[in-house]
Amino acid sequence: MISRREFVRITTAAGAAMLVSFNTSCRNKISRWRFLTGEEISLLDAIVEQIIPTDDFPGGRWANVSNFIDRQLDSYYRKHQVAYREGLSAMGMTVFQLKGRKFEELPFAEQTDMMEMMESGTFPGDYWEEHSPAGFFNMLRDHSLQGFYGSPVHGGNREYISYRMLGLDYPNIIGQNRYKDLSWRIYDAKSPANGK
Amino acid sequence: MANKRVNAVVVGAGAGGGVVAKELATGGLSVVLIERGRWHSYDEHGDDELTSQRTFPLKCGFGPDNERNWRMSPDGKNGWVKVFPNQWSYGNNAACVGSGTVSYGAMAWRFQPDDFRLKSKYGAVPGSTLEDWPLTYEEIEPFYEKAEYEIGVAGDPTNDPFVPPRKKPYPMPAFSLNGEGIILEKAAWRLGLHPFPIPMLRNSVPYNGRPACIRMRTCVGYACPVGAKAGTQNTVIPAALKTGNCELRINCMVSEIMIDDKGRAKGVRYFDADNRLQEQVSDIVVVSASASESARLLLNSRSRLFPAGAGNNNGWVGRNIQDHAYAGAYGLFEEEVYDDVGPGACIAVNDFNHRIPGIIGGGVLCNEFIRMPYQFTSIRPRNSKMWGIEHKDFQKRYFRRHIAVHGPAQEMPVFDKKVEVDPVVRDFWGIPVARISGSRHDNDIKAGRFLAEKAEEWLKEAGAVSTWQAVPGKESTPSQHQSGTCRMGNDPATSVTNKFGQLHEIDNVFIADGSLHVNNGGYNPALTILALGYWVGGHIIDMWKGTKMK
Ligand SMILES: Cc1cc2nc3c(=O)[nH]c(=O)nc-3n(C[C@H](O)[C@H](O)[C@H](O)COP(=O)(O)OP(=O)(O)OC[C@H]3O[C@@H](n4cnc5c(N)ncnc54)[C@H](O)[C@@H]3O)c2cc1C
Ligand code: SF4
Repeated sequence: MISRREFVRITTAAGAAMLVSFNTSCRNKISRWRFLTGEEISLLDAIVEQIIPTDDFPGGRWANVSNFIDRQLDSYYRKHQVAYREGLSAMGMTVFQLKGRKFEELPFAEQTDMMEMMESGTFPGDYWEEHSPAGFFNMLRDHSLQGFYGSPVHGGNREYISYRMLGLDYPNIIGQNRYKDLSWRIYDAKSPANGK
Repeated sequence: MANKRVNAVVVGAGAGGGVVAKELATGGLSVVLIERGRWHSYDEHGDDELTSQRTFPLKCGFGPDNERNWRMSPDGKNGWVKVFPNQWSYGNNAACVGSGTVSYGAMAWRFQPDDFRLKSKYGAVPGSTLEDWPLTYEEIEPFYEKAEYEIGVAGDPTNDPFVPPRKKPYPMPAFSLNGEGIILEKAAWRLGLHPFPIPMLRNSVPYNGRPACIRMRTCVGYACPVGAKAGTQNTVIPAALKTGNCELRINCMVSEIMIDDKGRAKGVRYFDADNRLQEQVSDIVVVSASASESARLLLNSRSRLFPAGAGNNNGWVGRNIQDHAYAGAYGLFEEEVYDDVGPGACIAVNDFNHRIPGIIGGGVLCNEFIRMPYQFTSIRPRNSKMWGIEHKDFQKRYFRRHIAVHGPAQEMPVFDKKVEVDPVVRDFWGIPVARISGSRHDNDIKAGRFLAEKAEEWLKEAGAVSTWQAVPGKESTPSQHQSGTCRMGNDPATSVTNKFGQLHEIDNVFIADGSLHVNNGGYNPALTILALGYWVGGHIIDMWKGTKMK
């Protein structure tokens, strides 16, 4: 399990290198991330994989959801920078105290337990000042879903993976996906196709 | 600094303002149309769900921006909290050339004749300022028709026994139903209901020089890539500009209507694209800034004779803000019902508009526009797990196997549901911001629950194996269907304008947008706002011919 996810992580980096248009800056600098640190990303990668796990389709980590969040923290979500910095560190420290290991090193099911505690408000909130574990969880969940299902222009939903998962053609190429035959467009109040 | 004097300034290039500008310009008046937003194109937005005008976690793609525009909203503890356009508690519609009509779903409803005489039909309603409109359906009918023909509506009322009376057919045939529409149509007939295709401000066939719709999944919340969706930005505003009588000034924020010592308007003050304060002098001012922003502008235009804001000596400006108490149900199906034929919403029943014992108003029920992937993540039966493998399984199984039916339950006007200006907080330009507060009337909740019940029955009959309802709550901020803040009326004590949209208190200031609505019908409001634009514009021309508004 661990090794497969490790594998996924490595291929993510390789995949990201190919997706130049999505990750143009920072790659040759010290960090490819805009706001988050490498350490925060490794925790966040495990979190987004909890929110959208890999099954027969890739999960949040492969879909570059952490990259989506990092990009937003440097643009639309600047207002959430403090929450992320505080939340990820508080979460990491609490888990280490409870389990003696980093969140991302725990078996998947134990990570899920931690996430459920955060969601239900039973996760210790000692290290939080500005936010609560439950509040942080809700934000992580919502942002992860945005990263997985939103347009790839924002750095997530790599290769429109969620659209493929839902069986939607992608991207929407205007005038090419369908629409040659015009006759079906018009409603006929009397036609059997329209019930009568 | 000095702008040339013109006959009319129109504030806001949205639904109402676009039509009025065109009516005045073709009627020979010189017009300056001032819009705080700018032009938008499909290419700029594409199918980006996170910045659409429907789900907007990152921003409202069609404006206004979060950087310069905010409001105050009740914090639930007797205080106020600052809110931004991409929060529902802000109460946004849009801000660009065309405003909501660029990114809307384009449903093109006429209100029912009874909607114009609601109080006569149902009697006075305790806790509500419910009133009849000063104009009848028969009076507005030709203007609905004009809107349908000039802007372009596709529809077919053959199978709707409750259709508001019309003299002419729709200019374009209705759209065919998509897969879920056909399933719902059959189920509706089995239930004894009367399903019919939703009239749409979209071209089903080439019309007015624009092509037919290509039926995409991204329509509501997005711009149209081919120009098949008709808004004011691709119909009346270009027509206004073509007359040579109308100048459109974009990125300009109007801050105040200037009132002279005799209590008449002399024009407006605005911040131009470079944030310089400008004055535009005019004979007439038409305010079409949307129900919330029109009220804000009047309230911010204080003068010696109108210390509480222009036209507000009776204290009714900003009162009675309404939207709709949206209600409905979701159904899950065994088989795939999704066929990717957009925009999704295609079928409606009018059976629950004014035909419900014990409920005032009611509303139309329709199948919903396509729920895009991120939006769908919040569509779940109660107590569902919203993340993890259960979340993903649900997405995979039910994105293509669910149908949503909902409708806009008519809201009762409530005096204390209102727009005010904040005494302290100012926006980027230093203009006092709007704050919107107040709770829904109990009838709205009752009507909403009734509609949700009916939506659920419909889905069950259609074969849904699991269903759940979505019902309105007491608290909500009017947003995309905002209306009613400067209502028209015969009694100057309980309304802001006369039946022609002319302020009772200032005869050269007119309103032409959703603010005029005395009530908001059981339908999406845009076609009524467009029709009122023609109505008000036509009357301004008539008055102009007589007196030149001197
Ligand atoms: C996503 C979405 C879907 C919708 N779907 C439907 C639908 O299917 N059917 C339907 O009937 N309706 C629909 N609507 C609602 C419809 O768009 C509105 O009812 C309509 O646009 C309101 O018209 P209005 O003239 O009152 O205001 P608006 O159209 O909002 O116009 C007001 C304009 O004034 C400008 N303005 C405001 N203040 C100032 C200022 N101080 N200075 C300069 N300019 C200013 C604004 O920027 C805006 O452009 C939808 C709206 C949205 C956003
Ligand atoms: S569905 Fe039709 S009207 Fe709507 S945006 Fe697409 S082409 Fe335009």
